[in-house]
Amino acid sequence: MGAGHAHTLYRAGSSPVHTLPPHCKIAAVFCFVLVVVATPREALWAFGLYAVLLAVVAATARIPAGFLLKRLLIEIPFVAFAVLMPFVAEGARVEVLGLSLSQSGLWGAWNILAKGTLGVAASVILASTTELRALLLGLQRLRMPPLLVQIASFMIRYGDVITDEMRRMRIARRSRGFEARGVRQWGVLAKSAGALFIRSYERGERVHLAMLSRGYTGTMPVIDEATASRAQWTYAAALPLTALAVCLTGWMLT
Amino acid sequence: MHVPDGFIDAPVSVATGAVAAAAVAVSLRGARRELDEQAAPLAGLVAAFIFAVQMLNFPVAAGTSGHLLGGALAAILVGPYTGVLCVSVVLLMQGVLFADGGLTALGVNITDMAVVTTVVAYGVFRAILKIAPNRRRTVTVASFAAALLSVPAAAIAFTGIYALGGTADVAIGKVFTAMVGVHVLIGIGEAAITALTVGAVMAVRPDLVHGARDVAARRLELRTGAPVRTPAPASPDGSAVSGGSAAPAGAARPAGSAAPATARTVTAAPATKDDADTAPAAPRRSARRVWAVGLGAALLCAGVVSFYASASPDGLEKVAADKGIDQKTEDHAAKDSPLADYGVKDISDARLSGGLAGVIGVGATLAVGTGVFVVVRRRRAETDAEAR
Amino acid sequence: MTSAPPSLQVSGLAYAYPDGHQALFGVELTVARGERVALLGPNGAGKTTLVLHLNGILEAGAGSVTVAGLPVAKANLAEIRRRVGIVFQDPDDQLFMPTVREDVAFGPAAAGMRGAELAERVHRALDRVGMAEFADRPPHHLSFGQRRRVAVATVLAMEPEILVLDEPSSNLDPASRRELADILRSLDVTVLMVTHDLPYALELCPRSVVLSGGVIAADGGTQNLLCDQELMREHRLELPFGFDPRSVTAPV
Repeated sequence: MGAGHAHTLYRAGSSPVHTLPPHCKIAAVFCFVLVVVATPREALWAFGLYAVLLAVVAATARIPAGFLLKRLLIEIPFVAFAVLMPFVAEGARVEVLGLSLSQSGLWGAWNILAKGTLGVAASVILASTTELRALLLGLQRLRMPPLLVQIASFMIRYGDVITDEMRRMRIARRSRGFEARGVRQWGVLAKSAGALFIRSYERGERVHLAMLSRGYTGTMPVIDEATASRAQWTYAAALPLTALAVCLTGWMLT
Repeated sequence: MHVPDGFIDAPVSVATGAVAAAAVAVSLRGARRELDEQAAPLAGLVAAFIFAVQMLNFPVAAGTSGHLLGGALAAILVGPYTGVLCVSVVLLMQGVLFADGGLTALGVNITDMAVVTTVVAYGVFRAILKIAPNRRRTVTVASFAAALLSVPAAAIAFTGIYALGGTADVAIGKVFTAMVGVHVLIGIGEAAITALTVGAVMAVRPDLVHGARDVAARRLELRTGAPVRTPAPASPDGSAVSGGSAAPAGAARPAGSAAPATARTVTAAPATKDDADTAPAAPRRSARRVWAVGLGAALLCAGVVSFYASASPDGLEKVAADKGIDQKTEDHAAKDSPLADYGVKDISDARLSGGLAGVIGVGATLAVGTGVFVVVRRRRAETDAEAR
Repeated sequence: MTSAPPSLQVSGLAYAYPDGHQALFGVELTVARGERVALLGPNGAGKTTLVLHLNGILEAGAGSVTVAGLPVAKANLAEIRRRVGIVFQDPDDQLFMPTVREDVAFGPAAAGMRGAELAERVHRALDRVGMAEFADRPPHHLSFGQRRRVAVATVLAMEPEILVLDEPSSNLDPASRRELADILRSLDVTVLMVTHDLPYALELCPRSVVLSGGVIAADGGTQNLLCDQELMREHRLELPFGFDPRSVTAPV
């Protein structure tokens, strides 16, 4: 989430996964995750198959395993939560290595771990094979309201600028001997936040002026048209459809 | 508390998705009203601001730190509709780009963190402004209360969603009672920073605080007849044209951030008129009030409303940890964890444990709140002394 | 001067901000087609406010603005904004699109231009500021000087009648400053340049006006104006140390 995020998330490439139109990819990932979430947790093997599916996609996109694993770290807080669950949950208890654990808690932990991890992995693959801009275009093609797309694109464009201003303010604070150590520094931090807001807001006004000056009337002119062929849709649909087959089998077997 | 995939089951995820979509649709229309045609760039910049502010960690005590959620802040500064949009966009981007929060849980996350926080915060904020004298200090107090309540409100919403579609088999009572203490603390942090931030904006650009905008129209004055001097030889007489009272202040308008001069131009509302000489003193008094109100509200939250405990961002994991330790001590009577007493009582009576959690919440709140208050005051005194 | 209507005619322009603060008190200014004029004045004189009137972003409280004969009014705002190209001081405000190409295309595309014609227009504008090979880069990856040049291109792409530059030389290193001057000289459009950089004004603009206290306080040849020490003092205008406007042969 740090500054310069725009450049570290995306891994440039020309694999078949990279070249798919963005809206196909977003739809595919979303459907895939939905299918995963809907899978009964008792179908252990199904989750194994999902993982294999994702591994195949990652391999096709030539994303190194290390990169993928590192990005999975974002999940850690919830891993902690999942690990604790067997201790907290209700219901029948089982003895594992001398600890009394809740059976349903164990299932719950497994459920969150498996589904959460698959979800994160799928999103990571999407973000690392699709440029920021393309993602936004994709969302637009998927009928996300244009205003929302515009807000998101302004946020992306100016995220760095604002973060940079925040960094400069921190340097200015520190070079005058300020170090945030505890609650007594809240006032100063809040003043910085206030100043940052004013700067952001005023920049928003100036950007709007600049847009008006070039004939902006409330809608963004569409310059790039991304369209997807039937073949590309089919290609992208392979992932969620396979997953769906696995899921349905899972439901029938359990 | 970015909920990942699989935490909430599929039907409830879809349902909350629909709720979130509806809320965003309503906000889209509302935001156009709030911001006119400037909606896109301004909301985008505010979203970038919220995104940045979430990275601004404020230290709570030795070793731990928290960060703003920004829902209340956004609602107060730019209005509820734009606030919902901004936080939603931030959550969407975090989900799609950083895999922070699951894609299928996006509905849950938006409903919980974007919609509930902003709506509750704005409601509380407006309600207080309505009943209290309309002053600048009231704005600060109202921001504090709004932010303070918005966090537990999000928690209640989360607990509700969890009750409907939680995949983990943990008793509802347990989930939220355990969260009380932790989340009231989080609420206090959020409230303090939000109130101080709104106060800082109020001091410089009060017109930017939504709902505290005021328009004072004045008649135009023409300064014609002053000689326009033309080129070459210097004819010394033009000194009559020295720009009157307005000229120097004019610089502040586009650049904006020039503090004291602008502060008095626009004030919250009719009754305001904080004179220039009271302005420097105001923060201290307002801080005292803020803390008094804050502690009162905290008591209310944790004590009376202890049943509607709070499940809120980032405290979720903390609660899980506490709960886990707690249960462990119960089962094995092991180690003397700081929460040992609390755990012993928590056998299977959710109500009893609820009450206890509430009491602990109040206690902790009072202690920390008072501590913060004292420290801030002492700090103020110090800085006042240092600064000439 | 030709018989064509002046590129810019401002008369009796007064304006107060919504908060009641009045910034302009009856501005009179005429700029003929093809002229390059510097707009000088101390901080807070109302320069930015004046600029925002030229394309109708601010609506005149009193008085009028016409651009090449067309009055600035709600009805013809789109055409006015095509004719008046404003380059803002901070290129980050102006370059809001994800790539340089899209940013330069924004104006013409908003006016309805599409396809090959649009691509050609974009290429020509970028070529005029020497930034053609940066078309696919995101603006925030460029240097400050490059961003300023792209900002000029975004406006040139609309083929404006008059180019308005707000502090074009601010924050530029000397080389970028000179490159920008070369570009501006090579353009055959009317230029109104708001600046504190007096040598830059002397280098580029034969004529200058001084805006002070919300009115035009002086109007004349740049060199004469800069040599008038009393006028300069009175309006808080100062030349850089060691710079003598008399020692320079100013372009006429």
